[in-house]
Amino acid sequence: MNSNSLKISNENLKRRLNAERRFKFYGVIAISLALIFVLILFTNIISKGYSAFYRTLIEIKIEFNDKVQPEMFKQMSDTEINKLDLYSFSKKNIYSNFPDIEKKSDKKKIIKLFSIEFEEEIKTYINKNKNNLGNKINLYISASDDIDQIHKGNYSRDIPEERRRVSNFQLSIYDELVGQNKVKFEFNLPFFSRGDSREAELAGLGGSLIGSFFTMIIVLLLSFPFGLFGAIYLEEFSKRNRFTDFIEININNLAAVPSIVFGLLGLGILLNTFELPRSTALVGGITLSLMTLPTIIIATRASLRSVPPSIREGALAVGASKVQTVMHHVVPLALPGSITGTIIGIARALGETAPLLLIGMVAFIVDVPSSPLDPSTSLPVQAYLWNDSAERAYEEKTSAAIIILLSFLILFNLIAVFIRRKFETKW
Amino acid sequence: MENKVKVCVENLNVHYGEKQALFDVCMDINQNEITALIGPSGCGKSTFLRCLNRMNDVIDICKVEGSIKIDGQNIYDKDIQVEKLRERVGMVFQKPNPFPKSIFENVAYGPRIHGLAKDKTELEEIVHTSLKKAAIFDEVKDRLDETGTSLSGGQQQRLCIARAISVNPDVILMDEPCSALDPIATAKIEALMEDLKKEYTIIIVTHSMQQAARVSKKTGFFHLGNLIEVNDTETIFSTPANDKTLDYVTGRFG
Repeated sequence: MNSNSLKISNENLKRRLNAERRFKFYGVIAISLALIFVLILFTNIISKGYSAFYRTLIEIKIEFNDKVQPEMFKQMSDTEINKLDLYSFSKKNIYSNFPDIEKKSDKKKIIKLFSIEFEEEIKTYINKNKNNLGNKINLYISASDDIDQIHKGNYSRDIPEERRRVSNFQLSIYDELVGQNKVKFEFNLPFFSRGDSREAELAGLGGSLIGSFFTMIIVLLLSFPFGLFGAIYLEEFSKRNRFTDFIEININNLAAVPSIVFGLLGLGILLNTFELPRSTALVGGITLSLMTLPTIIIATRASLRSVPPSIREGALAVGASKVQTVMHHVVPLALPGSITGTIIGIARALGETAPLLLIGMVAFIVDVPSSPLDPSTSLPVQAYLWNDSAERAYEEKTSAAIIILLSFLILFNLIAVFIRRKFETKW
Repeated sequence: MENKVKVCVENLNVHYGEKQALFDVCMDINQNEITALIGPSGCGKSTFLRCLNRMNDVIDICKVEGSIKIDGQNIYDKDIQVEKLRERVGMVFQKPNPFPKSIFENVAYGPRIHGLAKDKTELEEIVHTSLKKAAIFDEVKDRLDETGTSLSGGQQQRLCIARAISVNPDVILMDEPCSALDPIATAKIEALMEDLKKEYTIIIVTHSMQQAARVSKKTGFFHLGNLIEVNDTETIFSTPANDKTLDYVTGRFG
């Protein structure tokens, strides 16, 4: 090689290396952009939503009297106490915490500082402590959603009074309470146990969590066995002909069908033809199973196909029948891949909203469902519902619901990755 | 002294769809002998081997005509159960393919599905004997719980031989069993074959003419789907009747 040709090829090499460097640079930019967007999304949602995980409580003093004596609760069962009418007793006791206020309209405003269910909260306290009640007790009851928002700093006090939901008078009382150290934060456990409510401070995720749980159980029970055995049959037993080709094309198409179409199917067939109960996890689960099924079939077939033919031959050669070969050797090896696909499919179904809107899981449901046959909502639908509500306090709840939903999705995906890493067989 | 004929192949024609892979193959294979099948790639020797335990049944487009008789019974008869046939005609493949299960399970699988063992002790007995016959018992006796795939290539292949003989076959088919192994492992397998032929009839497809010359009593030479010549191995390698055979064994083509 003469020196001239060496030089030319050197320039060529430089060009190639530069191209490589450029390519890497584009890749880094693309990934950084994606990460930045994810980061923005997460900071936005978390900063808006984290405050929903704690709630504001206000300390009040209760004095028993001749009519309502602490001793009378000792003989009563929980349900009996809950049936008592302590409304005016509770209200009067709250008023007596503010002896300076005498005007009736002001008293009404004071009551509005507290959650609308103050009577229930007082009863709950009595229930818990019925055996050692003194004549005077101090307890914390929930603040109303507006005070809650102000205490969390989500709601500006600088808005002119006529456009503010909390009047100047109420603010001065609130400031007084803060000054007396009677306002505190607590972990918002009811948020996870209660159903939806028109009162923002009472609205919780419990109903939709249970609804989503029932829905996912139905999806798992329906789509995993059908998907698994469908895939095994198609991949291992069916003969290749036009009919199976047709089925295969349709399964692939089905995986790409917009989810709302499945909602229409659920509405038309499950609700209108079979008259299954509307708004229930059962119908939601069946609808979402139809959507998850193709995903599971495709994932399972891919993992069945990746089992090397030599394993099948080895089993056949010692005299195993076709079914024995598939069930003893091929399916166990394909199962991790299939389970991974199922988890990812279920994670998708968990975040799905559109089909549920069509089958009525978007209703306002206060009771926490106790079976898949009870009306319920699901996590993403709950976020959608809260997002539509006017009160300020629903904003943090919307974000909090999304945080919970995202945590479940991340958890599911982690499990899927873990199963794939742990159980995949290397050849 | 000639051994008794074990496998008798008559007018075997095999088609893969439009393409014909074997043309009128006739061959007798003797009991308790090693018969080697040689020939260039794509000549049909593996196809021939896979006809003997009907492994070709799995391939939809494969069509087999003619007759293959083992102990006088045509294995392509309608009332032959292919699972039973494969119990009698075992197979060892080119690439070692142990199941990704324990060494014990690898060998125990065949006896278990055929119900050869009444209880656990009997099953263990079968597994141990098979491993001993495959000359691998001493190497793995302390780690029967480990996965079969954790063994070295040569050990894996002997494990596959143990798996093949665990169901007590008459015939063992070997499809280039040493092509993925190093010379030392190959030598071990060849020594093992010498032992095994006392009990089994062995048919081996090989690309190595030296191997055919070393282990086999008879050799068949395939070319383009035809069985060109089959004779005593010595004759094939020294004074073959056909010019093509001579060209192949002397390395002039293939």
